[in-house]
Amino acid sequence: MKYWEKPFGKEKPKVPNGEIHILKERCKGCGFCVEYCPKDVLEMSDEFNTKGYHPPKIMNEEDCVNCGLCETICPEFAIWCTLKEEVALEN
Amino acid sequence: MEPLRKTEKDIHPMDDLLRMDRIPHIWCPGCGIGTAVTAFAAGLAKAEIDLTKTCIVSGIGCTGRVAGYVKLDSFHTTHGRAIAFATGIQVANPDLKVIVFSGDGDLISIGGNHFIHAARRNINMLVICVNNFIYAMTGGQVAPTTPLATYATTSPFGCVEPPFNIPYLADSSGAVYVARWTALHVRRLTNSIAEALKKPGFSVIEVISPCAMYYSRINRLGDGLDMMKFYHDNTEIRHGEDTKNLDIGFQTKIIVGKFVDRERPTYMDSYNKWLSGTKKD
Ligand SMILES: Cc1ncc(C[n+]2csc(CCOP(=O)(O)OP(=O)(O)O)c2C)c(N)n1
Ligand code: SF4
Ligand code: SF4
Ligand code: SF4
Ligand SMILES: [Mg+2]
Repeated sequence: MKYWEKPFGKEKPKVPNGEIHILKERCKGCGFCVEYCPKDVLEMSDEFNTKGYHPPKIMNEEDCVNCGLCETICPEFAIWCTLKEEVALEN
Repeated sequence: MEPLRKTEKDIHPMDDLLRMDRIPHIWCPGCGIGTAVTAFAAGLAKAEIDLTKTCIVSGIGCTGRVAGYVKLDSFHTTHGRAIAFATGIQVANPDLKVIVFSGDGDLISIGGNHFIHAARRNINMLVICVNNFIYAMTGGQVAPTTPLATYATTSPFGCVEPPFNIPYLADSSGAVYVARWTALHVRRLTNSIAEALKKPGFSVIEVISPCAMYYSRINRLGDGLDMMKFYHDNTEIRHGEDTKNLDIGFQTKIIVGKFVDRERPTYMDSYNKWLSGTKKD
């Protein structure tokens, strides 16, 4: 027997998808955003900024859920996220 | 060099709460003070209070730089006197919400007397105390918050003095709102700041924060991220916990949460009530 989660015709639940913005020159490479992003969207890069720090790079932006944690944990005001779109969850 | 800003899209949402001409700030990589400021800016936005009636006061120290980076009416005062200064602002113009943002050394050591008396009088202000267990700016000396046995530049054999438990000190002196978070608990810290900003009376939020330069190096605790991982594994949220039980030892479990939220007449309430009573006679 199959139970339907939602009544027919009701929209599927949606997850937000975010667009990440990084000001590489402000970053001091602390790694907080990379470590605590719940979706592991970020990774430290090998690139250097002018101060000699490694800023993060975006690995899989489609996984970003626009939770804003990177924005709040960053001590340098170097990273933030904006809502791109709400995507319907796959079954 | 890549320009800091290329298009409108490159403007951080917190830029209008910060004095961008002074950013990048002086804090070391992996220092938690910047994270506490981000949470503060997010808390200000969340509380939706009138920013033209909000001002911020800091003392001296790494944390003492905060007032200079936040775009409110900001005051950078002498060492230890932030609360005394903020008391003056509050009493002269009770419509203002005053935030004191400073370090453990500044607020609890040299400024300790102002702290207990502002709490006793219940002056309407929010004190955000960044506790990095040390006098960071001057090179990592022992503070009254340094845990027992911790190394510091002035305790090469380990600190022998028992530290103050800041929430207990605040609670027993009369603060109406007392919470403790770490730099890792950014969301809860933001919510706490937003809540305390709306609370009349003396509120204290302690933010345990990594000093990745002095405290962690002399004690061989790794970098700022390692200290954040330590907070992750060794903090426990216990709302309403008796503040007596909130001592912090060297690398021991840290209890966080909101411990006190009560009502008491503020200094200005009592003052106005008293004054109106005497005038009637
Ligand atoms: C009257 C006076 N005494 C001493 C100092 C030196 N001093 C500057 S900052 C500081 C300690 C700051 O410690 P804390 O408030 O914990 O700030 P942190 O740097 O750790 O953020 C001291 C003792 C001073 N500036 N003025
Ligand atoms: S907004 Fe959240 S999910 Fe997206 S990158 Fe930042 S921390 Fe990760
Ligand atoms: S949290 Fe900020 S400063 Fe730290 S690595 Fe990420 S972007 Fe850079
Ligand atoms: S010395 Fe310590 S507290 Fe001061 S900015 Fe550096 S890491 Fe932060
Ligand atoms: Mg300190």
